[in-house]
Amino acid sequence: MELFGIFFAAFLINNILLIRFIALCSFFGVSTKIDTSIGMSLAVIFVMTISSAVSWMIYNFLLTPFHLEFLRTATFILTIAALVQLEELYMKKMVPGLYRAMGIYLPLITTNCAILAVAFLAIDYRYSFVQAMVYSLGVSFGYSLAIVLFAYIRERMALAPIPKWFQGYPIAFITAALMSLAFLGFTGMFGL
Amino acid sequence: MNLWKDFNQGIIKENPVLRLMIGLCPTLAVSNNATNALGMSVAVAFVLICSNWVVALIRKITPDEIRIPIFIIVISTFVTISDYIMHAYYPDLYAALGVFVPLIVVNCIILGRAEAFAYRNPVLNSILDGVGMSLGFALALVSIGVIREALGAGSVFGITLFNPAVAATIMILPPGAFITIGFIMAFLNKAEKKVQ
Repeated sequence: MELFGIFFAAFLINNILLIRFIALCSFFGVSTKIDTSIGMSLAVIFVMTISSAVSWMIYNFLLTPFHLEFLRTATFILTIAALVQLEELYMKKMVPGLYRAMGIYLPLITTNCAILAVAFLAIDYRYSFVQAMVYSLGVSFGYSLAIVLFAYIRERMALAPIPKWFQGYPIAFITAALMSLAFLGFTGMFGL
Repeated sequence: MNLWKDFNQGIIKENPVLRLMIGLCPTLAVSNNATNALGMSVAVAFVLICSNWVVALIRKITPDEIRIPIFIIVISTFVTISDYIMHAYYPDLYAALGVFVPLIVVNCIILGRAEAFAYRNPVLNSILDGVGMSLGFALALVSIGVIREALGAGSVFGITLFNPAVAATIMILPPGAFITIGFIMAFLNKAEKKVQ
């Protein structure tokens, strides 16, 4: 039940894109087509799970025992950058099908703040390893849900009659506002 | 003249938030009141100016192949400094900004300026570029913060303007951030067309 609560809160109530406002660059950048948003979501689910596991271990087994907590920011971002490179090499060799599906999104992930944010938040919330894993799964599924829905709406909007000054980014922001309003409705569900 | 141009372009012409669409996360997340917006702007300005300065200082001895990791280390050093200073002296602000303080390290504005400007220009120009970009960021962030706080809580910088009971609370909730920035961009589009 506790794990379900963590998952559900990360998935809908504190949706990383629409409520927490993390990783918005990718939210507006890759959501013009459904295909690209699905590719990005796959890459985020994959990288976020692995990188939050690794950064949790680094923080708790390496930085804390040696009292090096102040190196947290530098260590995490370098770890994530190195990890993304390794994963890219590994997938190119071992699972070329999946690699083609994620394609160019893997290197972009390094600058996706969601990955780094989850690593920080799991530590700020003092989660155990299992809790941190469940949390990062919830966040990455929430990311995928929001970005794929948003891409569907934006594809439809290409044909809609939009006032001249609102074409492009302004209307995308208004759309995001309405989606965010809908997600706000989950607040308080299951007493969370 | 050239120095003035480097300083000037970040404020309106290449405003990082409203023009280049970078650094959006902190802009939307911490702009629910003007005080938080100002605090965030100061933290970003400190990191941006210092990292531009150091990157420009070491640009002659930085090997081209590993420049990005070097930039990241420089940036994360200054982020850690501002993180600890804010934690020690402004605990309330630190609590309000939360995870967005360490996340300055992945703020695209800072790495973008290191790569696009400071790595190719002398120290003084880079510092001025940092100051200009920080002012542009602060301008966008604080104006969004003022609008949201005024409409959503009936106050500006904590000073009450009207009865908060009649304020539109939605503006200080997450959707309000998207609405505000959407309308500001639409107005800018319109103003730009008019000037042309």
